[in-house]
Amino acid sequence: MLLRHTTDEVLERTSLTINPAKTCQPVGAMYAALGLHNCLPHSHGSQGCCSYHRSALTKHYKEPVMAASSSFTEGASVFGGQANLLQAIQTIFTLYNPDVIAVHTTCLSETIGDDLVQIIAKAVAEGKVPEGKHVIHASTPSYQGSHVTGFSNMAKALVTYFADPEAAKSKQITLLPGWVEPSDMRELKSLAARLGVEIALYPDTSDVLDAPHTGKHEFYPRGGATVEQIKASGGSQAAIGMGPSASQASLEALQSKCGVPGTLLELPIGLQATDRFIDTLRNLAGVAVPQSITDERGRLLDVISDMHQYLHGKRVAIFGDPDQLVSLVEFLNLLDMKPVYIVTGTPTPQFENRIRAVLGDNVPEAKIKAGQQADMYLLHQWIKQEPVDLLIGNTYGKYIARDEDIPFIRHGFPILDRVGHSYFPSVGYAGAMRLLEKILCAFMDRQDRDAPEERFELTM
Amino acid sequence: MSVDPRVLKEEILQIYPKKLRQKRSESIVINEHREDGSVPEIKANVRSNPGIITQRGCTYAGCKGVVIGPSRDILSLVHGPIGCSFYAWLTRRNQTRPESLEAQNFINYCLSTDMQEENIVFGGEKKLKEAVREAFHLFHPKAIAIFSTCPVGLIGDDVHAVAREMKAELGINIFGFSCEGYRGVSQSAGHHIANNGLFKHIIGNDETEHTERFKINLLGEYNIGGDGFVLEDILNRCGIKQISTFSGNSTYATMANSHTADLNLVMCHRSINYVAEMMEKRFGIPWMKVNFIGATATAKSLRRIGEYFEDDGLKARIEEVIAEEMAKVEVVQALVKSRCQGKTAMLFVGGSRAHHYQQLFTEIGMKTVVAGYEFGHRDDYEGRKVLPGLKVDADSKNIEEIDVVPDPERFRPRRTPEQIARLEAMTEMEFRDYVGMMPEMDSDAMVIDDISHYETERILEAYRPDIFCAGIKEKFGVQKMGIPCKQLHSYDYGGPYAGFAGAINFFNDIDRLVNMKIWRYATPPWQPPTEQPEQVAAD
Repeated sequence: MLLRHTTDEVLERTSLTINPAKTCQPVGAMYAALGLHNCLPHSHGSQGCCSYHRSALTKHYKEPVMAASSSFTEGASVFGGQANLLQAIQTIFTLYNPDVIAVHTTCLSETIGDDLVQIIAKAVAEGKVPEGKHVIHASTPSYQGSHVTGFSNMAKALVTYFADPEAAKSKQITLLPGWVEPSDMRELKSLAARLGVEIALYPDTSDVLDAPHTGKHEFYPRGGATVEQIKASGGSQAAIGMGPSASQASLEALQSKCGVPGTLLELPIGLQATDRFIDTLRNLAGVAVPQSITDERGRLLDVISDMHQYLHGKRVAIFGDPDQLVSLVEFLNLLDMKPVYIVTGTPTPQFENRIRAVLGDNVPEAKIKAGQQADMYLLHQWIKQEPVDLLIGNTYGKYIARDEDIPFIRHGFPILDRVGHSYFPSVGYAGAMRLLEKILCAFMDRQDRDAPEERFELTM
Repeated sequence: MSVDPRVLKEEILQIYPKKLRQKRSESIVINEHREDGSVPEIKANVRSNPGIITQRGCTYAGCKGVVIGPSRDILSLVHGPIGCSFYAWLTRRNQTRPESLEAQNFINYCLSTDMQEENIVFGGEKKLKEAVREAFHLFHPKAIAIFSTCPVGLIGDDVHAVAREMKAELGINIFGFSCEGYRGVSQSAGHHIANNGLFKHIIGNDETEHTERFKINLLGEYNIGGDGFVLEDILNRCGIKQISTFSGNSTYATMANSHTADLNLVMCHRSINYVAEMMEKRFGIPWMKVNFIGATATAKSLRRIGEYFEDDGLKARIEEVIAEEMAKVEVVQALVKSRCQGKTAMLFVGGSRAHHYQQLFTEIGMKTVVAGYEFGHRDDYEGRKVLPGLKVDADSKNIEEIDVVPDPERFRPRRTPEQIARLEAMTEMEFRDYVGMMPEMDSDAMVIDDISHYETERILEAYRPDIFCAGIKEKFGVQKMGIPCKQLHSYDYGGPYAGFAGAINFFNDIDRLVNMKIWRYATPPWQPPTEQPEQVAAD
């Protein structure tokens, strides 16, 4: 057994987290900053943070992830990291010539109390930031929130630094996609294009973390939202923020800074959430939904109705990030499945209420936990108490899945052992179809594996 | 057209501001073998320039991730915000094989105090103590190791005091590591801190005597991809008893008992030489640098063990194992060599691997044109003979140097000075020595310490090597250029690469990588072929 010390007896814990269902803020800030064109993320802390975050993102995407570090040593930790950051800014513009350096802090620089606004102003005053170039920052202490908070903070920084209140008013709609995959961002852009809606989407990691092989390494890949696009988003007629945990802060910032009216939606994962997204977008933009999208939706419904027998009543344990979980649970509920254990390490106000809201009267027995000690160890203990038919979560779930012999679907961050998430979306109707296919395959492969020979089905 | 490394070096340095140019010029060295046997001096184990994009990680990574983490029944508890423990969770492929289904194995668990803002403001000791208690009640470990992360040192939490208090309260061995990420210039500081902890808190705790005659410890072998399993098998077949490995596939008990061995074999010099030194001083166990990467290197290392124990039976068994294994290696080696002969490699990894793996490339006719360490010191490059002249700078000074004296009861020199002298008179039987990377590289090879991304791109453009070896952060950028990249931390989730069986795996993997078809399809038929950048002209 891989997790041989996990038992079904749950002892109250107040201080120890075991097998976390979250990680720390800076990696989310790094991911968000990669969604800005010609931007080099910069980690203001000791080297390990940057190294670990680059490694985690690289393993998840199988793509180069470029980022720099302030390389704190003991001296910087005692005297503050100003000298390190000033030196870093100069070195980065000399060697790597980005349009933007997006600095995020770490628990180290936050504990010291480095004032990033002041340091950046000093860099500008000393001429270390070339004309037309930018240094921006987000405060991302690792001892608050989670990786999702870090994403949210950097996404908000894009607004506060760049969105221009004076930008020309346009019909454009700004989409703040939240922490989703490059494939999802590509799908959102594609849906908007099919609807005929002009959008700005940021952060946008498509064509950055799914870059093609061309025989040349583009240090700054083609993708990413440009500073100009974000500036212009200040003149958008409306904005949609997807997922409160990752996008509410940037949506509100855009509204208060530029007066862009914002609508907050759950992530468009699954049928109903996608319905709400498409409906909101068409209403805001005043466009008609093309038949191709309505057909796509119809095909999804068709498969659900055709294959319902394999889904109905199946008990699911699921862990991951709050915005993802709310929409996934809503979708599972629509399929008449039973999401019984739902865990996120990210401290999330109203998490249980949001989950209960999408479940309605269904699955009253569901156990829901967010924040400290809401970890995979606890989730595993619940599974040991009463088993599930399916586990959904990031790669670390495979240790539970193997020990308990449960079908397992990878979703979330990080996925270290499979490819696909960067290329095939989980948002939109196409994404829901992909999720559905994965769920069905998981159950049907299991049935094929376990069926006695006389009950081995040709047609399913 | 061949590359003139001196011209290339100057071109690389041009872009740097003056101070940085001076610093990097001392860390980029063109190798030469001087008449007095020395090699050029290289600046190593110094701070990375902020913003330069280094490969390096932090002190915590070296301590928890590299040295202590691989041991399966020491319960590792990370005191800090969640990230540090999360990123070191199963990410280094240290395989471990518990003795039984019931035996303790914590390697798949990730424990953290998940410090929150109030712990930073009001201190985290109370939460740490409670977390230790909770961990004790849930896992019943023999030992708990507490690792400090960056903010812990700043806010003044005393993990050592907490460890002592909890040790008294719970009655098991509990010890702390002040391995905050900022303590040193790289992972290397963490290795040293971990070594000190092993020595102070574990080694020598168990006096069980083993009756076998040829007892060794294998130091600096972390069982990445099962390397340690291959070596265990070889040593077993030779009749050599492995008391403990530091720290792949190890347990608390084997390490506690390791001072009963009669010889320490050091694989990864950088990460573990401190333990070897300290064990010799306290217990009288000599140490030898060995290399089990590469078939001929493995054979040589085994023969040196035979010479040390001066036993004809042992030597005969070693020769049998070598003969049997080499026969298998040579078949694959000849085949792969026919396809790889003359190709070039670059290696930028670790504090030993960039040296060790050159041997494997040599065995299939490939030449290493540029190499360097991520966190090596001068002795790893130039050999331990430079140690007496090494200046201890401010960044190294804050790492404890333990003053070790012979143990009053347990110091037992395994060999007399005369025996050592007699052995050292033979070829390649040096003790407490490591010759270093540069003496074993060609003259005119480039050696670059702590290479940056910028420098990596420049040497790749200039040399267009057939393979580049580094880590996950470098891999995909290099491969986007159409140059295969072999990860030598994780082995690209393959391996093992140690010993004879490992050499066969490595040869096959390199053959596959340098000859795979897909590199030739980057340009679609409707586009003109891309031109390869020209190499830097030689004078």
